[in-house]
Amino acid sequence: MSASPALDHIEAGPHGHHYTTTGLDSRKIAVWAFIGSECMLFASLISTYLIYKGRSVVGPFPHEACNPPVCATALKPILNIPVTSASTFVLLMSSLAMVLALAAVENRNLPKPTLGDRILGSSKLWLWMTCILGATFLGFQSYEFTSFVHEGLSIRTNLFGSSFFTLTGFHGAHVTAGVIWLGTLLAIDYKRGLGPGDAINVDIAALYWHFVDVVWIAIFTLVYLIK
Amino acid sequence: MAHNDTAPRGGGTPDSHGAAGGAHAAAHDAHAHPTWKQYKWVALILTAITVVEVWVYYIPAFTRTKLFVPSLLIMSAVKFAIVVLFYMHLKYDARLFRALFTGPLIIAVVTLISLMFLFGHLAVRLGS
Repeated sequence: MSASPALDHIEAGPHGHHYTTTGLDSRKIAVWAFIGSECMLFASLISTYLIYKGRSVVGPFPHEACNPPVCATALKPILNIPVTSASTFVLLMSSLAMVLALAAVENRNLPKPTLGDRILGSSKLWLWMTCILGATFLGFQSYEFTSFVHEGLSIRTNLFGSSFFTLTGFHGAHVTAGVIWLGTLLAIDYKRGLGPGDAINVDIAALYWHFVDVVWIAIFTLVYLIK
Repeated sequence: MAHNDTAPRGGGTPDSHGAAGGAHAAAHDAHAHPTWKQYKWVALILTAITVVEVWVYYIPAFTRTKLFVPSLLIMSAVKFAIVVLFYMHLKYDARLFRALFTGPLIIAVVTLISLMFLFGHLAVRLGS
């Protein structure tokens, strides 16, 4: 107990949970507040992209071909929808792997009589899957950025390039941070094993990861699909 | 399947949590989670919607209609809501978390729409 009764409610509970008078873990409240602020960050970046959309003076353009004299040479629409669709699918599947990782950590102490239960209950497997799928998404993004630069679109080429690279670059940075975060959880899992007492830490990482996924859902539609 | 997806986290009972046990119980009560079957269906639905989104993108006759953009926005919003409600388990979690997420989200969406009216394509359309 703390010296002041007023501080009792912020002491850590069992398993290191930091409960408040709301009955909720303070770290989880913080991560939801952080996600809320991130919503506004990405809304500003998406707004910027949408405002500048269609206002580039020189090509390449996202959905339209660019022919001389606007462009020195004829350029095809630059967005590669099949590749981006594949990367979107990869990120969606990484979210599925993440929820399974969390469920595996929460249910670590339950008996796993069948092979299916052992597979579903392996937190290492699902954390690995999430990391690999996240890294695959980053690979797709690196390929996309590289091919854009080869086709003559850089962050300095036109308004589309500036807003596109800023928006998707910020998202990619968030995915990178998420992969590193998941990597640290994986390292802890190998070192001492993640159990129900660690579920809150995995839950917070999962919330961040799913948020990165929902941001991509919005970007995929607003940037890639809407012409 | 042996998994108990609605098992409370941490394994402690409210009584074992000391003075703030009631509050802890409230926290644990809010932690019911979807089952593996639900997760599987959520993934299938998300994949199906993504396939439909990409499919309609490649139908020139549809992309030229006024339905194209609203249909994409609706499908995207449905995907967004499904991930937030089931994968981020906001459907099962405390109301405070919902408020912490939906409050800024509403501000963000209103800001986005306002900026589109002020500077974006909507402003051009209104002025013409």
